[in-house]
Amino acid sequence: MTSRQSAVGSRQSAVVSRQSQSSVRTLDVSMLAPGGFGHRSLMWWGTLGLVLIEGTMFALAIGAYFYLRSRNTYWPPQNIAPPDLTWGTLNLLVLLASAVPNELAKKAAEHVDLRAVRVWLVVCLVFGLAFNLVRVFEFLHLNVTFSNDAYGSIVWLLLGLHTVHIATDVADTGVLTALMFIGPVEEKRFVDVQENAVYWYFVVFTWLPIYGVIYWAPRII
Amino acid sequence: MRDPDHELPPVREDPEQLEQTWADPPGLVGWITTVDHKRIATRYLVTAFAMFLLGGVLASLMRLQLSRPENTLFGPDFYNQLFTTHGTNMMFLFAVPVTQALGIYLVPLMVGSRNIAFPRMVAYSYWLYLGGCLMLWIPFLLNTGPDMGWFSYTPLAELLYTPTKRADVWAQMITFTEVAGLAVAVAIVVTVLKLRAPGMSLNRIPIFVWGMVVQSFMIIFAMPAVMLASTCLILDRLANTHFFDVDRGGDALLWQHLFWFFGHPEVYIIFIPGTAMVSTIVTTFSRRHIFGYLAVVMSLVSTGFIGFGLWVHHMFATGLPKLGESFFTAASMVVAIPTGIQFFCWIATLWSGRVKISTPFVWILGFFWVFLIGGLTGVMLASVPLDLQVHDTYFVVAHLHYVLIGGTVFPLFGSFYYWWPKFTGRMMNAALGVASFLCFFVGFNLTFFPMHLLGLHGMPRRVYTYPPDAGWTTMNGLELVGVAFMTLGVILFIVDAWSSLRAGVAASDDPWQAGTLEWATSSPPPAYNFLHPLTVAGREPLWDNPPDQPIVVGLRSDVRDVLVTHVMDAEPDHRVEFPEPTKWPLLTALSTSALFVGSIFTAWAVVYCAVPLFVSMTGWFWPKHPGETGTQAWPIAHRTLPMPSEPPSGRAA
Amino acid sequence: MTVAAAFLQSALDPAGPQAAHIARLWWLLFWISAGVFVLVLAFLAAALRHRGAQTSERRLTFGVSLATTVTVVVLFIILGVTMWTERVNATLGASSAVTIELTGHQFWWEVQYDAANPSDRVTTANEMHIPVGRPVVLKVTSRDVIHSFWAPNLQGKRDLIPGYTTAIWLQADRPQTFRAQCAEFCGRQHAHMAMEVVAEPEAQYEQWLAARKAPAREPTDAGAMRGREVFLTRQCVLCHRIRGTLAAGLVGPDLTHVASRGTLAAGTLPNTTGHLAGWVVNPQALKPGSQMPDNEMTSEELQSLLAYLETLK
Repeated sequence: MTSRQSAVGSRQSAVVSRQSQSSVRTLDVSMLAPGGFGHRSLMWWGTLGLVLIEGTMFALAIGAYFYLRSRNTYWPPQNIAPPDLTWGTLNLLVLLASAVPNELAKKAAEHVDLRAVRVWLVVCLVFGLAFNLVRVFEFLHLNVTFSNDAYGSIVWLLLGLHTVHIATDVADTGVLTALMFIGPVEEKRFVDVQENAVYWYFVVFTWLPIYGVIYWAPRII
Repeated sequence: MRDPDHELPPVREDPEQLEQTWADPPGLVGWITTVDHKRIATRYLVTAFAMFLLGGVLASLMRLQLSRPENTLFGPDFYNQLFTTHGTNMMFLFAVPVTQALGIYLVPLMVGSRNIAFPRMVAYSYWLYLGGCLMLWIPFLLNTGPDMGWFSYTPLAELLYTPTKRADVWAQMITFTEVAGLAVAVAIVVTVLKLRAPGMSLNRIPIFVWGMVVQSFMIIFAMPAVMLASTCLILDRLANTHFFDVDRGGDALLWQHLFWFFGHPEVYIIFIPGTAMVSTIVTTFSRRHIFGYLAVVMSLVSTGFIGFGLWVHHMFATGLPKLGESFFTAASMVVAIPTGIQFFCWIATLWSGRVKISTPFVWILGFFWVFLIGGLTGVMLASVPLDLQVHDTYFVVAHLHYVLIGGTVFPLFGSFYYWWPKFTGRMMNAALGVASFLCFFVGFNLTFFPMHLLGLHGMPRRVYTYPPDAGWTTMNGLELVGVAFMTLGVILFIVDAWSSLRAGVAASDDPWQAGTLEWATSSPPPAYNFLHPLTVAGREPLWDNPPDQPIVVGLRSDVRDVLVTHVMDAEPDHRVEFPEPTKWPLLTALSTSALFVGSIFTAWAVVYCAVPLFVSMTGWFWPKHPGETGTQAWPIAHRTLPMPSEPPSGRAA
Repeated sequence: MTVAAAFLQSALDPAGPQAAHIARLWWLLFWISAGVFVLVLAFLAAALRHRGAQTSERRLTFGVSLATTVTVVVLFIILGVTMWTERVNATLGASSAVTIELTGHQFWWEVQYDAANPSDRVTTANEMHIPVGRPVVLKVTSRDVIHSFWAPNLQGKRDLIPGYTTAIWLQADRPQTFRAQCAEFCGRQHAHMAMEVVAEPEAQYEQWLAARKAPAREPTDAGAMRGREVFLTRQCVLCHRIRGTLAAGLVGPDLTHVASRGTLAAGTLPNTTGHLAGWVVNPQALKPGSQMPDNEMTSEELQSLLAYLETLK
């Protein structure tokens, strides 16, 4: 009879044993946990897939920006100012700041602390509403319309793509927060909270290159 | 080789209870709400095959029109819709979905799992795919089919030159099919990474599964390009942006770069599953492990990578800088090397095996002939000076059909014959199968080989007619004869399939004595796939597993309990409760479709339809009350589920 | 290849240095491919007949490695020959080159001969004359969608892309009328966008060019004069130009010397009175989707218009 036990306390992993009545060996998985955090979970990998897809889309859009740049002598076109730095940079700060409640919500989820999760998710939502609001002002101060020319079109597209992500991120964080208040809450819902945090990080960090391209590329390149 | 006297394990699971847990509700409700990967795959396969037939009808109409010079069967407007719809249909609604469908059916079985990862998302993807089919064909039947060519170059596709809704139909159909394809790709990758049978380390993953993984990764990185391109096109047309508008700072070639960045990987997305099918069938009918497993896997992976570096070879005639051209020429030739390695490994496998010729295998022989020609003309096209003569001519039409039909459709037919017993529990008729193959093979060559000559002798693509003194008449006439043979071949296949379903010989679990796990269960498999999930000790488990190879026990049979394993070595990690049949994927697909279709008429559709979409996605996500199946209802005291850094943890279920 | 001469336009009937180099490259690649095809299928057939005799994995590994090496070598050879052909075809160079600006339209070709002196520029449409043995550089662009100029007997094709002007060299080494056709799908009448490329001896070419420089002849008989009036008072002038008259439309082909062209409607119809009549009155029946609208007129007006147009040699 062979069996394998982990070294930690009385925890057991899958057990291989030979049944005395027959020549068949069995691998008993009944002792395994009904879930796992982080990259153990299927949803984590699903979220990673989404990150790869959306990340590729952003990268290609940024590529299109520079391609169009190379085809135009004036960029932005003459008589058009680059987008106002104020609002974009403000949003950069708000987004980066939102990483704090996001990380705290993630940690609270990993400690399965329902009260803390509720608090930090609500704080995340406040930040989320804030950066969506600031985003409106960003659009109003791009200093070009999307129908003006290719420059206007690609700037609006880049900002628009990111906006779709921050808007949907806030929407699904909102639903998750509602769930953590209303229920049914069980332990595996905390894995969902952790993964939501991963996606939130993606949305925050993709702002860095996009911000750089929209606000700084026309100024320094 | 499996020992027929091998003792089957004593029944430890209750098949009736498993059936009850895993089966769908009866009737229409079950049909709508199913999350069974086999049922979803079957509907994908049937729909994709229907698209194949419809696309074939369009092709026959084109061949009819071109069979005589200055023919007046169809005018230019309808003809342009014919070739655009044919190409769009075959590339987006047949070739990719049908290969993904085989993956949806077979990958979970081959890795030994009870279902595919994210089954609701896969169910949702089918409805979106169906929406894409309707999005193309209904407009076509209403004379609003796309007419700008299946790659829809700008500025022709811009509003100024295509003032009808045709290009909008095309662009939005792309969105349907890309979202569906991406969803399936993610599901397949996660299934292969996390749901493999214990013991199935990376070097024991079946080649078919590797092929589907490579295809899925390619889809993940390539499809965003065409989604971005079609979004920019629709915005130019409907929202007055100027991405491709030359007069306002836009660029006509931006479209080509974005499209072909997707478009070239797309053809490998279609072809790589074809090679995976070939590897599988060659292995089974050689009755030995594939020769050079590592080389074959590395070839698949490297083809996937290199495939992303070739796209500019579609643009050699645009007058690019020479240095850039040289890079893409070299890369386009280098990509032949991994495919060549696969060819040599297959021949080596056959050489040293005990080959049994059968209907599936005959189609693979056809693949060798047809794809080889296509690959060789591909090397010709990689050569810039030669490409500049034959680009955009019938030479390219010949090449693309030789590689796509040779590389995927021939293996696909072989795969239908091979896996039909598993899917349906019946055998197909060998004689009819060979007859169907011969007709299709002869017809294919008769239709497409002359096109090489037509292209060299001056016939451009996408022309609805040609002058009588061009010298192209005879070859075009011959091609029509080829079409007749191909049609006969397809009809014989349909007859074979139909009669097999009605009265075919019953199939055993493993009629071909193959080695992979899908053959370790009944034909067709039960809803729960395997009575006892298996563990594996080799690459071809049914050949390699010793008689006392452990079976997995301890999964609950009263809930949809699935084993999740580690990425690298497939050691058991934890268990997960899989979703039950649900209406939310269909409802979400309906609201997504409303958003997509509405937005080609008004931008506000994005806003209005976002509401039902949000509602349906919330309904999808919102969990059921744990009740009996619950792990631990709240309030929650402390964490029991393991963190990534911890060993697998156990607790009473 | 005399067989190739049976075709209206063929890459395997080269009449210039570039097409000749490409044709040679084609035959080299064809024979290599044929050899590879036969070899691979022979091995496949042998493998099927081999019936599982004991071949060691080592021997198989050797075989596969050898085949792979041969593949790599052959590909390198092909790459080398390709790059050599490319370099040789890139420029014919020469200060004596004829420079032609070619602009694509839906569905016709605008042809402009460049000259040092702007008043020496020659504009015509749907036909190009070039001197035998002299390099020609085409500077190509498009006014609307992407087209492609392809004269297979002479050279590979080049796309005409709005927003881009690129240069392609070609040369004809024998006198012949070649056919070129649009090779990038450009809309409804892509199939009917062709032109004649007439290669002729130097002296004849110069003569032709000089004659094109001249403005339209004055009509001498009453019918033709009446025809000119018809032309100038109808919608023709909105699109067409006839130098020497007030008609100055740039949307459609320049008609100053239309009667001397071999074809009408961009290679679609032979240039005869009957075809011209049909084209003027009902172009949408002959080339549906082309930009030229139908023109209703009395048969008397049509006769005089035709008489006038036929003076435009």
